[in-house]
Amino acid sequence: MSKIINILLVGVGGQGTILASKILTNVALAQGYEVKMSEIHGMAQRGGSVVTQVRIGEDVHSPVIEPGEADYMVAFEQLEAYRWSHFLKKDGVLIVNTQKIVPLPVLIGAATYPENILVELKGRVEHFINLDGLKLASEAGNVKATNVVLMGVLSKYMDFPEDAWKNALVAGIPAKLLDLNMKAFASGVAEVK
Amino acid sequence: MTQEVGQRMLMAGNNAIARGAYEAGVYFASGYPGTPSTEILEVLSQHREIKAQWSANEKVAFDEAMGVAMSGKRALCSMKYVGLNVAADSFMVFPFAGTIGGFVVISADDPGMYSSQNEQDNRYFARLAEIPMIEPSDPQEAKDYLKLAYEISEKFSTPVLFRTSMRVSHSKGMVTLGERVKVGDSTSFVKDVPNWVVPIFAKSLKAKLDAKFAAITDYVETYEYNRIEKGTGKIGVITSGASYTYTKEILPEASVLKLAITYPLPKQMIIDFCAQYDKVYIIEELDSFIEDQIRVWGVTNLSGKDIFPRTGEFSPDILAKCLFNEQPMQDFSNEFNIISRPPQLCPGCPHRGAYLALKKSGALVTGDIGCYTLGSLPPLGAMHTSFAMGTSIGNAFGFELGGISKVAAVIGDATFIHGGIPSLIDIVYNGGNTTVVILDNSTTGMTGHQEHPATGQTLQGKEVPKLDLVNLVKALGVKHVQVADPFDQKAMYQAIKDALEHEGPSVVITNRPCIFARGEKQRPKTPYVIDIDKCTQCGACQRIGCPGVLPGEQAAIDDVSCTGCSLCAQACKFDAINLKGE
Repeated sequence: MSKIINILLVGVGGQGTILASKILTNVALAQGYEVKMSEIHGMAQRGGSVVTQVRIGEDVHSPVIEPGEADYMVAFEQLEAYRWSHFLKKDGVLIVNTQKIVPLPVLIGAATYPENILVELKGRVEHFINLDGLKLASEAGNVKATNVVLMGVLSKYMDFPEDAWKNALVAGIPAKLLDLNMKAFASGVAEVK
Repeated sequence: MTQEVGQRMLMAGNNAIARGAYEAGVYFASGYPGTPSTEILEVLSQHREIKAQWSANEKVAFDEAMGVAMSGKRALCSMKYVGLNVAADSFMVFPFAGTIGGFVVISADDPGMYSSQNEQDNRYFARLAEIPMIEPSDPQEAKDYLKLAYEISEKFSTPVLFRTSMRVSHSKGMVTLGERVKVGDSTSFVKDVPNWVVPIFAKSLKAKLDAKFAAITDYVETYEYNRIEKGTGKIGVITSGASYTYTKEILPEASVLKLAITYPLPKQMIIDFCAQYDKVYIIEELDSFIEDQIRVWGVTNLSGKDIFPRTGEFSPDILAKCLFNEQPMQDFSNEFNIISRPPQLCPGCPHRGAYLALKKSGALVTGDIGCYTLGSLPPLGAMHTSFAMGTSIGNAFGFELGGISKVAAVIGDATFIHGGIPSLIDIVYNGGNTTVVILDNSTTGMTGHQEHPATGQTLQGKEVPKLDLVNLVKALGVKHVQVADPFDQKAMYQAIKDALEHEGPSVVITNRPCIFARGEKQRPKTPYVIDIDKCTQCGACQRIGCPGVLPGEQAAIDDVSCTGCSLCAQACKFDAINLKGE
């Protein structure tokens, strides 16, 4: 059985995790891989957690990734990174967008948003990178391109050629927004030294 | 998205089911929005060859599909599992007559209750109605099995239950596309009263149904899609649906009897299979539906609900824990007590305005199913009960009959049309005082903003006259009817107060659309902004619970998500919140 690559995308509804997963899966499919994925998106638009699980390889049966089995995890928000971090392999790669989106318990004063998430995670994970995706996207032209910035970061860690990612962007993004998204992607790529 | 025959693409289960309906030559599809089934009809409606429609509720959808099937064409009825509760009356009687054109009803279950009001194992419905049931385990099977369902339906003139689950419906996998078959397009109905007038001929029809089902049971014994995947070792597994995929992950060497048709079961095939192994695991989510039937046959080397849970979804991890007593992976989420992220009403949601006013009134509020159910959560806490679709109005009248004085029912526009109307008729008829607040946000919100009879557009985009809820309610005999703006707190509160004080039934209808209703996203919105010089940091604006009003000592408004509804400005006693630019 050939190797299966497991990628977890976690965030909050509205952050563009679903478009990001489309770009990622388009890259894999264009490279000839088979894909199975899971997405529970029922409450997404009402500010709930969104988790997309992507499994790339042949002979993939289950569409879900098990704790400790994710090769890559891209977190679009800090608290969600914290919540799902136990899904990462010991030598997995954790990419965290430092954005904070306040959940309901914090909004109503029943809880406080944890302060040391990034420090905690860095201590636990072998390959860790965090970045201000919002800022980079804004510099590229629009905060809504944060998801593409993060895909740029991910592209540096995965083994797909950069051209494959660019082609996926061309295929997945409307022409008039392509320029901005290419810039956003490039700024994500540049974050990885 | 172009779809060509022979193309292999990544597709969600529901999209694959829709594709299966297309390829099966389905002529008509009806249903009602409900997670995890909603996308089936939405995607199907993109095929112009198929007449697809949202019906007023699942029973209506079922009855319509019955009519199409009786006219000789292939019909599909799609719903979330609780929708089958609504359609059950017709669902239970139709099998007595059988069908002419293929008839498949989809029940999309939700083990683990990701987006549902309860957990129920709808496989029992097939057994209750004496009809066959088929269950796919991934998107490719979802497409293929829908076509098989039609073949079985027409072969035996029986409705077929196609059972999917959240995981199968919303996961994506590789699917190879096929051609649309041409099926019969007769348009005649041959009169046969002893077959189709069931109530009068039920006794003889029951005997016919029993005989038919015996024939189906024989047929299933050698059904080619129930298959045995021989492994090494001494254990066997009997499984179906999503559980099959998890089984392959954690028990790659086991011999697996994978069931496609999960009712009726192939008795001899199963008995023979079990005889070959020391132990056979029955891996099925929710109830011991399959296990119980096998045990009745005297098979004893089974393990099922003695070790696997009866509630919730499975996963390879959960199954492994049950099977091998493995230690769980280090679960940091428990260790650090991570704050939950429950869903909440969006910034600019009109329900927030209605709830702030209702809370102020001090009424007991009976609730229903929809986005507005979120009004029960803090900080609003403005809905006190909620059960099933359309229940709020009857419940409110019941509380009143039980002696509770100040009661109001809240119900959405879609929900009211779905099942609230008879309840309102009853309050008038049986002399109640109850106040009903119809939260009309011009959409079927929680399920993804589908159209309904009062929004003015059909599933396939046709403009139609809007059902006039105000006049409808008046026609039902309610004398006190008032339309109120939930973004005008004074007016909203007054309307509720007047309704509660009125002797006799009263209805208040809100009139602001959902921020995602058709046309709303494009409408320009001016956000509000807090003047920190006037702000006393009292927190009143934060206490309305809008995600657009940020927490912290100094409140601030997120101008990306603010839609300018003005509720926070109205909560402020210091005139510190005003429109940006003012």
